[in-house]
Amino acid sequence: MKALLELMLGDPQADRAVPQTGTTVRLTVFVAAVMAFLAVITLAISLTTNRVASLWAADLAQSATLRLPADPATADALLAAALDVLETTPGVSSVRALSQEEQLALLEPWFGPDLPINALPVPQLIEIVTNGEGYDASGLRARLSAQVPGAILDDHTAWRAPLLEAASRVRLIGWSVITLIGATVAAMITLAAQAALSANLRIIAVLRLVGAKDAYIARAFVRRFTLRAAGGALVGVLIGVAVVALMPQGDASSSLLLGVGFEGADWAWPVLIPVMVAIVAFFATRAAAFRRLKEQT
Amino acid sequence: MIELENVSYGYGGQTLFSQLSLTLEPGSFHFLTGPSGAGKTTLLRLCYSDLRAEKGKVRIFGHDAAGLSRDEVAVSRRRIGVVHQDCQFLDHLSIAENIALPLTVSGRGQEAAQNLPELLNWVGLGAQAKQRPPELSGGERQRAALARAVIVSPDVIIADEPTGNVDWEMSQRLLSLLTELNKMGKTILIATHDLAMIRATKSDISARVLRLKDGQLVQAGAEL
Repeated sequence: MKALLELMLGDPQADRAVPQTGTTVRLTVFVAAVMAFLAVITLAISLTTNRVASLWAADLAQSATLRLPADPATADALLAAALDVLETTPGVSSVRALSQEEQLALLEPWFGPDLPINALPVPQLIEIVTNGEGYDASGLRARLSAQVPGAILDDHTAWRAPLLEAASRVRLIGWSVITLIGATVAAMITLAAQAALSANLRIIAVLRLVGAKDAYIARAFVRRFTLRAAGGALVGVLIGVAVVALMPQGDASSSLLLGVGFEGADWAWPVLIPVMVAIVAFFATRAAAFRRLKEQT
Repeated sequence: MIELENVSYGYGGQTLFSQLSLTLEPGSFHFLTGPSGAGKTTLLRLCYSDLRAEKGKVRIFGHDAAGLSRDEVAVSRRRIGVVHQDCQFLDHLSIAENIALPLTVSGRGQEAAQNLPELLNWVGLGAQAKQRPPELSGGERQRAALARAVIVSPDVIIADEPTGNVDWEMSQRLLSLLTELNKMGKTILIATHDLAMIRATKSDISARVLRLKDGQLVQAGAEL
């Protein structure tokens, strides 16, 4: 931390000891900007996927559907028994039997608008909304099998599990890409720092002749590359955030592509990118500088 | 101050000198002469830990040079002012910044404001302070190199052919600056071909003249 603070404050006289080299300046700034831009886009997609998947999963987790056997002879009795069981089940906040119109609307995409639902044995559906407090799906299934024969409780696990799995995979891919971006930044900055050190061997020799310690010589390079990388990353982040802001926006719960962006605490990530790039650049340049200075002994 | 004891060194498998001993006492003045390629510069570099002896011991301010870390070598350099024949400046800095460099690298940059004007006047470069090294003449560069070597008030000053690129008048001026420093108690070691310069100096101060030839360091005598 102290080293980072000294780095930020710097020593203008020490900085002047090493001349600016145009190529490595532009290379470092460009690479940092591109990598930060890619990191912002990756983060936006990864965080949005995670957020939308969580939203969908939460919606599905708070609801269940009970399907009663399609037997007109017992339909009313089963419905009454099912409602009785559900209304006395802990964690169930509301229960509602779907009307014929609602069931017709559900079937319409498959059978068309003129389906004679009254003439068909259509199972009665009951929408259950839970509040999660003491709700036990297994216990409810057991009670239903005893009191409402043939009733099937669907708690949407079959839908939620692959959704959460897919979201988890996207998140993993996102962090893998971010890690690769960090490694690429470290590699590029190490190469640029080594090039700068090699181009300044005579200057290093003079600095050593007049009593400069390795840390002093390294600091001139480390500070320069750290600030360049942080500056480039800041530009890349600003461009990345602007591009994300230009993406079509809408209700993320209806389409993933309509909600790409940052929300709430997610905004900390793009803010952190230049800081993280600076930290990577600091350690990459420092390691390269000390290695080169040791070789030059 | 600096002591070489039975030191050997060579390049590419060939021995340059062996079993060589030299002691620089505080306040002493030494000239090091010898033909080109005899190893004068190598000997000087051993004295300020720019090279490590292959055999024997080099002690710098009482410390075994072989055991010094890179940072310890850097600290010892702050007590040894070095003047190279080619001066070794940072061409992108002004002469004033170059002269102040030993203070800057040792974290004493603020002292430069106090010491620099007087030092620049002492070496006659007050008007050239803001110029870059390539804009200066050979003599001016040598005087600037001397100023840089003494700005941290080192105990020892080592100069490698300090008058090699300057005319007689300028070499006398440089020499008078070095003798002045010796009178202030500084230890001086100068490698030079310039026997006339040595003769001129010996009339002013008590200098020991050493000759490096065929790998041996001997006291020079009659030819002076």
